Amino acid sequence: MRTEIRLSGRGGQGLILAGIVVAEACGVYEDKQVVQTQSYGPEARGGASRAEVIISDGQIRYPQAYDPDILVALSQPAFDRFAPKIKKSGLIFADSFYVHTDRKDVVLMPFSETARNEIGREVVTNVVMLGALAAVTGIVKLESLKKALRHRVRSAFLDLNLRAVDAGYKLGKEIWKKRSS
Amino acid sequence: MRRLVSGNEACAEAALRAGIRFFGGYPITPSTEIAELMAEELPRVGGVFMQMEDEIASIMAIVGASAAGVPSMTATSGPGFSLMQEGIGYAAMTEIPVVVVDVMRGGPATGLPTKGSQGDLQQARWGTHGDHPVVVFAPRGVEETFALTLRAVEVSERLRVPVILLTDEFIGHMREIVSFPSRVEVYHRQRPRVASSEYVHYAEENNYNAPYASYGEGYAIHLTGLTHRADGFPINDAPTIRWNNERLRAKIEDNLAYLEDNYVDDDPDADTLIVAVGSSARSAYEAKLLTDKPLAYIRLLTLWPFPDATIRGLARGRKRVVVPEMNDGQLCREVQRCLSGDTELVSVTRNDGSMLTPQEVLEVL
Repeated sequence: MRTEIRLSGRGGQGLILAGIVVAEACGVYEDKQVVQTQSYGPEARGGASRAEVIISDGQIRYPQAYDPDILVALSQPAFDRFAPKIKKSGLIFADSFYVHTDRKDVVLMPFSETARNEIGREVVTNVVMLGALAAVTGIVKLESLKKALRHRVRSAFLDLNLRAVDAGYKLGKEIWKKRSS
Repeated sequence: MRRLVSGNEACAEAALRAGIRFFGGYPITPSTEIAELMAEELPRVGGVFMQMEDEIASIMAIVGASAAGVPSMTATSGPGFSLMQEGIGYAAMTEIPVVVVDVMRGGPATGLPTKGSQGDLQQARWGTHGDHPVVVFAPRGVEETFALTLRAVEVSERLRVPVILLTDEFIGHMREIVSFPSRVEVYHRQRPRVASSEYVHYAEENNYNAPYASYGEGYAIHLTGLTHRADGFPINDAPTIRWNNERLRAKIEDNLAYLEDNYVDDDPDADTLIVAVGSSARSAYEAKLLTDKPLAYIRLLTLWPFPDATIRGLARGRKRVVVPEMNDGQLCREVQRCLSGDTELVSVTRNDGSMLTPQEVLEVL
């Protein structure tokens, strides 16, 4: 089975790192086939940015998402651009602080607020989001994400990131429970 | 060992393991990660990284280092690749092995720095003037970038030719799982077995694996971009000019079997053949899997020398040949040469910085 994930937002929000971490978690620590790609402009921060991860049990030919199963939007422009282009049965996660929508099917989550208020650093919004993604979709195990973070994140920031992924996981479980009940 | 790496990382890692010990380069998106990694790793293995003032200096620096016996490489993208053409011709004429990695981006000129294309397929073959030997490999993804970088180094050292590895932004920045081998076989260029007084730098026996001397080993070597005799000194008489040209041509023509490398998925019931190369071949193969129609498929891992005979054989008797690519039809015109009679040629192109999609290929299948 092929699962396509698109992570979108602004340059500087750590979407590409998030894509790498989830791809490594699945590909190295869960033995799945993965491809991670990205698209960005020449600017380092502020422009549109997106990362994509394809996860599959079998060989992955076409490496980009053409019918995403999961969309994450951390900015309004990214949401407006990509929300219409998602599989019918797909899931959309959006940051409740940066994205406003009337669509009831969109799962709004306070990724950036949780990072700011619980962890004290908005910069880990991307990792909070990954924790929530793991909790809701089961596409990757929390433990695998942590292994990938240990490999990819500099040791000085590791603790911050591990706390962020745990907070995100908890957030994901809570919100999903509320939605389902 | 399984690791998640980008195409550019896989390229640098393969280069180091293949024995590349000199890198001269000038950073350019989307190839820069190769230079960054080489800058970090080469000093650790006793190698040298030099950031040059531009790409003209970069190619000449690796030519010089290789002439001195050090397996050498550079990496660039379209604009830099254009500047390197003169040096690639010089390496071909002087028979100095070098590996040039071109991570293709949209062109012409500075074009699209952060977006991929396959716009350099023809430039890789004909970018420098004159008829010259050159070998070009084109991986479809990260694991193959690793394998073909190893092969590029080996082929350049064995045949004393410039070898070009053509990847693109999609592959260079894409991350995939690579199962790295614990060890790789490395070919070391053979030193001459004769006394220095008897050594001729361009001996007539121009075989695969022929020994050749490097500067500093005690042999007299004369290098020139001018057409030259076997001892390396310039000449102007027609028979020797023919000898020199023939010698360069024979390196490729005598080694076609060694150089050719294709993935073929033939189907005797298919009336359509797909010919694909590099990253866009992934879109083509996905399209092939999405349809029930029988299709024959060939993907070229060695783009140049072009596998004329193989394609001619596969195309024979088919109604149509479909060529998907991310430029305005550069591969297609080469395939056209191999077709005969009433086989229809269908070109599927996309040239806007985005990847060709399987759906676009599917539309014509």
